[in-house]
Amino acid sequence: MLRLLQIEFHKLFHNRASRVLSIIYFGLLTSIALIAVIRFPFGNRMALADLGIFNFPYIWHFNTYVAAILKFFLLLVIVSMMANEYSYKTLKQNLIDGLSKKEFILSKFYTVLVFAFTSTVFVFIISLILGLIYSDFNELSIIFSDLEYLLAFFIKLVGFFSFGLFLGILIKRSAFAVGAMLTWYIGEWIIYGLLGWKVTSWQTAQTIKNLLPLEAMQNLIVEPGTRLGAVKTIANQITEFSKDYSVHFTDIIIVLIWTAIFIYSSYVLLKKRDL
Amino acid sequence: MDTILSIKNLDKKFGKVHAVKNLSFDIEKGNVYGILGPNGSGKSTTLGIILNVVNKTSGEFTWFNGTMSTHEALKKVGAIIERPNFYPYMTAVQNLQLICKIKGVPYDNIDEKLKVVNLFERKDSKFKTYSLGMKQRLAIASALLNDPEILILDEPTNGLDPQGIHEIRQIIKKIAKNGTTILLASHLLDEVEKVCSHVVVIRKGEKLYSGRVENMIASNGIVEVKTEGNEEALVNALKNYYDIAAVNIEDGFVIARLENETSAAKINSYLFEQGIVVSHLVKRKPSLEEQFLNLTNY
Repeated sequence: MLRLLQIEFHKLFHNRASRVLSIIYFGLLTSIALIAVIRFPFGNRMALADLGIFNFPYIWHFNTYVAAILKFFLLLVIVSMMANEYSYKTLKQNLIDGLSKKEFILSKFYTVLVFAFTSTVFVFIISLILGLIYSDFNELSIIFSDLEYLLAFFIKLVGFFSFGLFLGILIKRSAFAVGAMLTWYIGEWIIYGLLGWKVTSWQTAQTIKNLLPLEAMQNLIVEPGTRLGAVKTIANQITEFSKDYSVHFTDIIIVLIWTAIFIYSSYVLLKKRDL
Repeated sequence: MDTILSIKNLDKKFGKVHAVKNLSFDIEKGNVYGILGPNGSGKSTTLGIILNVVNKTSGEFTWFNGTMSTHEALKKVGAIIERPNFYPYMTAVQNLQLICKIKGVPYDNIDEKLKVVNLFERKDSKFKTYSLGMKQRLAIASALLNDPEILILDEPTNGLDPQGIHEIRQIIKKIAKNGTTILLASHLLDEVEKVCSHVVVIRKGEKLYSGRVENMIASNGIVEVKTEGNEEALVNALKNYYDIAAVNIEDGFVIARLENETSAAKINSYLFEQGIVVSHLVKRKPSLEEQFLNLTNY
């Protein structure tokens, strides 16, 4: 495993575009912290941090959600690391040099895991620091509650990048692969629309849509914006909230299944192709 | 003898195109093999199959007597195919380091192999700045990194200028002298004739000949005759001679292929008896080129 990772990182490290994109990505992750200094120019210049967005455990939800938006930077790196192997024809050379097709796919997948894991650790550390500075609650039991958002974040990235990997192999061109992902996203909406409009009830259509990869990844971490008020109500210990913001086990399973499908299909595709 | 590679009844179809038909041959340690065939005869496809990049339709091939899987075996093989494929954004050294990682060998050989192919001075230049000849030489260096049991070269001089061709051939000869087994695919006869000890001739995916180069060239020879007199009479007379298999006219010479071993003197006296005086009569072995055209023009 270490050998495969070394091979892949050798390829990435010496590629300027990958290096720059990765640095930008991790730079932006870190800059989530800058949200803390945003101050609204009205009233008594209230800071965003004072709204309670950095309160434990809400901060886990908020930061993983925001950080996940940045995943597109890494998507570019991952799609191009796959598509480049085709355009440079180095995939062929790698195989001739003694890498098996399985090892080739695994080296890419391990890289995806490392990227996702590093991102998760980054978000964990940044959130922890921000929380310790700004959170109103500092009891250990509260700090380390709701950590499933980090797990969801990790799974979300792994699933998303695996999808990118698969499209990279399938389409062999970075730009078209990214375009294909956009098309797929629209496709999920079209399926949903058609089903709800003609075939089934809207409710069933939503259930089916929940099974599709991009929707399932989106469902992993529900938008946290409307929860902010709820957090305040919890703080005041009054009512239970109406929307379900928690991480669902079923969504994790669905994304994991899709990840397996994407990686395995990539392997089958590579195995069947004559290069 | 150790068998390095054994191919049995290999078949490959690309849709309707039957690229390799029932091909079988063995590669023994220490020999230099040539795969000879016109463009599109299935040479590269065959190499692609044994190198794990093209899927076979049927048949079998085994590396090192089947003691290891193909990708494990390939770590002990050095191969370059068609065009040199490297990461354009990496330098020569970085590219070679990557290959060392794939093959699981230390970096120690890199400088030495770069010297072998005269690229040491340019080792820190990016691959994309290289000329075609330099790229091809880097490919050879990369194939040598692991001191391979067998070196596989597919059209190594294709597209190079005469200087480049000469350099590559010198390098190949040097490697062959060290006792490395080589498999060289080429459509260039003199390349095979100059470098190889054994040859496999294929055409349209079918094996036409395999064996030693000398044996392929060694038929009973040909006789070149020229006369100032009646050429038609000469051709007819030769056709009637019992030791002659076929007669053609090429470049003003009458060329007779011999069916049995016979001497030039016998033919000369026979022709004289027929009332034909010749101005030129030479008996010689056919060149590989003639032999090759003979085989492939069936």
